[in-house]
Amino acid sequence: MRSVSMIDKEGRSLAVVVPAVDEVGAIERADFFTKRSIKKDSKLHALYLAISMCDLTTLEGADTPGRVKQLCEKARHPVPPDVFASVARTKNLPPIPSVAAVCIYPSMVSVAVKALEGSGINVASVATAFPSGQAPLSTKLNDTRFAVSEGATEIDMVINRGAFLSGGYQLVFDEIAAIKEACGEAHLKVILETGELGSLDRVRLASEIAMRAGADFIKTSTGKIQPAATLPVTLVMLQAISDFYLKTGKKIGMKPAGGIRTAKQAIQYLCMVNETLGTDWLTPDLFRFGASAMVNDILKQIFKEATGRYYYDRAFSLD
Amino acid sequence: MKMTNKRAQKRASAKASTTNVSKFAPAKAVAGGKSAVKFEYAPSLESTDIVQIEKRNRLFIGGKFVEPTSGRYFPTINPATGERLAEVAEANEKDVDLAVKTARQAYEQIWSKMSGKERGRYLFRIARLIQERARELAVLETMDNGKPIRESRDIDVPLVAAHFFYHAGWADKLEYAFPGQSIAPLGVVGQVIPWNFPLLMAAWKIAPALACGNTVVLKPAETTSLSALLLAQIFQDAGLPEGVVNIVTGAGATGAALVNHPDINKVAFTGSTEVGKIIARAVAGTKKRLTLELGGKSAHIIFEDAALDQALEGVINGIYFNQGHVCCAGSRLLLEESIANDFVEKLKKRIAQLRVGNPLDKNTDIGAINSEAELKKIGKLIQLGKDEGGEFFEPKCALPEKGYFQRPCFFSNVSSSFTLSRVEIFGPVLAVSTFRTAQEAVVKANDTPYGLAAGVWSEKGAKIHKVAGQLKAGVVWANTYNKFDPSAPFGGYNESGWGREGGRHGLSAYLDVRGK
Repeated sequence: MRSVSMIDKEGRSLAVVVPAVDEVGAIERADFFTKRSIKKDSKLHALYLAISMCDLTTLEGADTPGRVKQLCEKARHPVPPDVFASVARTKNLPPIPSVAAVCIYPSMVSVAVKALEGSGINVASVATAFPSGQAPLSTKLNDTRFAVSEGATEIDMVINRGAFLSGGYQLVFDEIAAIKEACGEAHLKVILETGELGSLDRVRLASEIAMRAGADFIKTSTGKIQPAATLPVTLVMLQAISDFYLKTGKKIGMKPAGGIRTAKQAIQYLCMVNETLGTDWLTPDLFRFGASAMVNDILKQIFKEATGRYYYDRAFSLD
Repeated sequence: MKMTNKRAQKRASAKASTTNVSKFAPAKAVAGGKSAVKFEYAPSLESTDIVQIEKRNRLFIGGKFVEPTSGRYFPTINPATGERLAEVAEANEKDVDLAVKTARQAYEQIWSKMSGKERGRYLFRIARLIQERARELAVLETMDNGKPIRESRDIDVPLVAAHFFYHAGWADKLEYAFPGQSIAPLGVVGQVIPWNFPLLMAAWKIAPALACGNTVVLKPAETTSLSALLLAQIFQDAGLPEGVVNIVTGAGATGAALVNHPDINKVAFTGSTEVGKIIARAVAGTKKRLTLELGGKSAHIIFEDAALDQALEGVINGIYFNQGHVCCAGSRLLLEESIANDFVEKLKKRIAQLRVGNPLDKNTDIGAINSEAELKKIGKLIQLGKDEGGEFFEPKCALPEKGYFQRPCFFSNVSSSFTLSRVEIFGPVLAVSTFRTAQEAVVKANDTPYGLAAGVWSEKGAKIHKVAGQLKAGVVWANTYNKFDPSAPFGGYNESGWGREGGRHGLSAYLDVRGK
């Protein structure tokens, strides 16, 4: 058990209490979800659900409006509807859903907003000097405000790991609270960058601080640091969400990001969410995958369920 | 989709006892439509094609399967369906006598004269054959016992192989296990094992006995004889000399005939304390040695500074593993008062996630109770707990229509004086009470006629060592529970039994160890 006291923006003292995490036990429990056997209808269900929970992402220095537009098309239709309709005819499968959001840098938000008009797909923008977070708060706030003003409906911020690792929890808390305010209506996802935190105990503490400070989602990673999302790290964050819900009645979302590449992994994560938080969390409102490469593998599996045979990789567009 | 659904349902109803029929409705899950959809796991049944069960299963004596002299057979039931799986021979005194004579002959003429290295070779061969036939063993074990296939596949059978490998390694190194002392095998060993881990208990008994140079007459529990008989086939395939292991099936009378046979040198029993006492009386005054591994009412202590989410999993694993049919099950949960309420809430949420159903379904967490009699016994004790005033909780999960099933459950606000805290229930029933200080936790944990195992959860190393040292239990797990390894001795204090099994300590139970 660890207790860190914090002052919130109204000047009230706040005790953030987190239980210890036993790493061996957490890994063992996470491993359990790789043993679930999800077949037939439940597999299809999970695959459709996973696509609808995807945040399709491009976060490159080389991103251009053209590249982002392409990604937005992939987001609307991960596979061309008529192609899928012909494949799925015999089994009468419903159309492939669009993904939950497209995640880009602030400079690309306006492009994405336009490209996704009318689709119901969210535009998520990373902000706060992503991925390092090494900038003054004013810069981070401007970054956030700009993205929101351009039309981003979701902001993926990074926590101040430098402050966190040197014990400056108050600063981490304050920054999240400030960004949350700058978000306005936009949903805030707080990236802990678990690969830099060094222990599951710290992951647990960072999760708690982020939720207390106003996160709508907590997210594992930027995708720029290895290791990114893993089952044990995600499990610990889900348990933090569960405890937070028991305490406050607030449902916080979860987004593992980076390192999830296959449909099989996606199903393992969904089983973990299902059995840790329950079915309430099995919606794009409360669970997302930051995993672009996963989409095609899921399509491959759905095509296989539809036709009984595997399609080769090039049957699906890269983006 | 309709077709697949129908087929899935048909299959589910054909296999009768699954509760997990899926309803695929993905259209609602697409972006825009954001309502959460129930995620049900479709049945994922392990095929039973790999297992060939003979209608009538004979005794295994002298390396051959033989008819019982009485010609009598009794049925063995699949507890998940209540249906008869096969018939098993009932061994009487004459059969037991033949088995002991055969074992004696094998001991004197072959096994005691064989070098340890040679014995080890047989054991290694058996271990490898167990691995080769792992799936077959796991499926049969699940069919006859009712435990989930996930457990028989991932825990029971790998441990069975591990026990043979471990003891194979000791066979030619026994003199190093007891330096400066002389060692000799005991002779013919009579072994009686329970139904909760049929194959694993057979391995715990047979592997060390053979490694130490003894020959064996084994009696499996009457409700779970089949996997031991499959193990007998493996002994045949391994070329184990005839008569070194003999298996006599039957109920209490068969066990009594074995225990009371004048020509056995040792009795090894795992089972209830009640029967253990009868055996102890029967053996008293004879030259027979005796080891007993009996019941338990093990305490699971959770301190406020524990890793609570992992402790919760430890509690789940401690009491609901194998439907709670575990002699060392952590059946008494002691919570530090400061965390008790929150922990109980978490426990409620967690056990609602356990999947009770067809043990052959790979997603089943809690399978069938082994027999109707056991199910009734558990039901009675639950009723008694309610009458005593324990606060009862069980999830609302559906149970299969056929077979013997019990929902995982627990009682909170349990006092040490309740029957719930005193009596071994041997089912998925947990008794939760609280403590205020470490000292009180130790007193409460030790307040039992048993003393098989205990669990301690704290992130403070010093506290764990201090508490563990004060617990009167054969095994104390720290920050984990129900972890087994052939190299770790297992056994109990007081009414939990005499002697240790496994590790170097377990070897001494099958050897005559004397100073040189």
